[in-house]
Amino acid sequence: VSAKVETAEPLPVELAPAVHREPKRSWKSHILGIYTKLVIAYLLIPIAVMILYSFNSNSAAATQTSPKVSFRWQGFTVAWWKAWNAIPDLTSALGNSLYIAVVSTIVATILGTLIALALVRYHFRGSGTLEVVMFMNIAAPEIVLGAALLSFFVLINFHQGLLSIFIAHVMFNIAFVAIVVRARLAGFHREIEEAAQDLYANAWETFIKVTLPLIWPGILAGALLAFALSIDDFVTTNFVAGQTVTFPLWVYGAVKVGIPPQVFVMGTAIFLAGLVVAVINVFSSRRAARERQAR
Amino acid sequence: VRLARRLAPYGLTGPGALWLVVFFLIPMFAMLVLSLETPLPTVGFKQAGYQFTWHFSQYSQAWSQYHVQFVRSLVYAGIVTVVTLVVGYPVAYWIAFKGGTQKTTYLFLILLPFFVSFVIRSLAGQFLLSSDGIVFSNLERIHVLPQGFHVLGTPTAVISGIAYNSLPFMVLPLYVSLEKVDRAVVEAASDLYASSRQVFLKVILPLSVPGIFAGFLLTFIPAVGDYVNNDILGGTNTTMIGNIVQREFLNDQNYPLASALAFILMIGLMIGILIYARVLGTRQIEEYV
Repeated sequence: VSAKVETAEPLPVELAPAVHREPKRSWKSHILGIYTKLVIAYLLIPIAVMILYSFNSNSAAATQTSPKVSFRWQGFTVAWWKAWNAIPDLTSALGNSLYIAVVSTIVATILGTLIALALVRYHFRGSGTLEVVMFMNIAAPEIVLGAALLSFFVLINFHQGLLSIFIAHVMFNIAFVAIVVRARLAGFHREIEEAAQDLYANAWETFIKVTLPLIWPGILAGALLAFALSIDDFVTTNFVAGQTVTFPLWVYGAVKVGIPPQVFVMGTAIFLAGLVVAVINVFSSRRAARERQAR
Repeated sequence: VRLARRLAPYGLTGPGALWLVVFFLIPMFAMLVLSLETPLPTVGFKQAGYQFTWHFSQYSQAWSQYHVQFVRSLVYAGIVTVVTLVVGYPVAYWIAFKGGTQKTTYLFLILLPFFVSFVIRSLAGQFLLSSDGIVFSNLERIHVLPQGFHVLGTPTAVISGIAYNSLPFMVLPLYVSLEKVDRAVVEAASDLYASSRQVFLKVILPLSVPGIFAGFLLTFIPAVGDYVNNDILGGTNTTMIGNIVQREFLNDQNYPLASALAFILMIGLMIGILIYARVLGTRQIEEYV
């Protein structure tokens, strides 16, 4: 049939197979495509809501001591962006979140990367157990992680505050980092390291100058995930925070009394920062892949 | 040198493993210990503390007092899983088979909500579902909905809130498993005169089962323990077990009862997870995670 089409129509030959392969019931996949785009749009609505309400001019909010966002749209303003730090408690909560996210990401990334290196390179007793523990750690619902850690802190009379939040965040991030880094390590060629050692590099030099640059994208990806999980964490943090307040905790506490627009300003800022970093990461890893192919 | 090589993996995993043991495994045990304690008689107004006893009474009390919330959490999580599977499967299917060059873009868009704080996402749900929010107020104004219509505070609001949060966790593993389906097998089936329905039911669907299992795990378990959505979107008659655990721990500070509740939840889910890991292997599930 396709041969007939080729001769009957003045189509370039290269296009003919595409014509032949065109599914008969393309309207079905057409509907599926529209449906998929609708679902994606639905998923993006809250983002739009958040960005939109960070610009909602709210006359009631301006006059009250604790401004609240009204559900009604009252016009566009950038006032909240200018007054993003007008609520001291909220600003310090955001500060706590950023501080814990940075510190816990650094620690969890180092510990997780070391685990990943060991799991990829060595066969050792206990590696199976370690994998099961990491799997349980990831699969366990957050409420159980938080409740267990709080029980532990209560039993040993450990003060709950910044330090306990930091401990918790490292705890739930190690396994995530280890898995992400391990996935990127899978295609790593040991021969390169052996070559370096043949050229009289010692173990440390080999690691710093050869191994680390090669696995760096994987480490970065793990660190980004850890940072995102940490800055957004509510459930576990809520259990172990004591009197300390982080950004998600502050927002949660404000839900009952009313959310000030500054929350949406900060949320939008975090969203945009995450977006920029993710896009840069995607493009740089794509470029790296292209360069590798070119070689 | 050989000894160093034998010890190297332990040196590398040591710090991280120690962190997991001390702050993950031991706390699980601590939770068990705490749940077996009984309160000492109160002195004046102040709670005098707790004493360790081998009393399992907290467990029977926890169950008799809160089995309604346990069952409700399981039912809600079950509905959420089915809803996200039904809604998410066509999406994953279309992106995997018809997404073409735009595949990564679509996946990126599906992941985009994760850049927004979880609490704010639930809050946006409140904005949308609230009676004077942008959707329902306008629908009421043009008389599509009756006056006084409300969704907030109903099970529907809670379930749709959790489903919204879980949808990406269902779509991604489904996509990964569908993407792995060998196109040659699909073509072979249609060459052998299978109708498109048969191709789907007998070839594609069975091959995507691992993705369905992984998606189930990733949505069901967090859904059972969720309490944020219920707090923000629900009412008193939609209380889930997570709300009870949180309240007993943080507000009432009834640690023995609270840890008994959390322990029941954990044991139930862990047994499920471990059976799962046995059947599918942890590697495969981690891949999807």
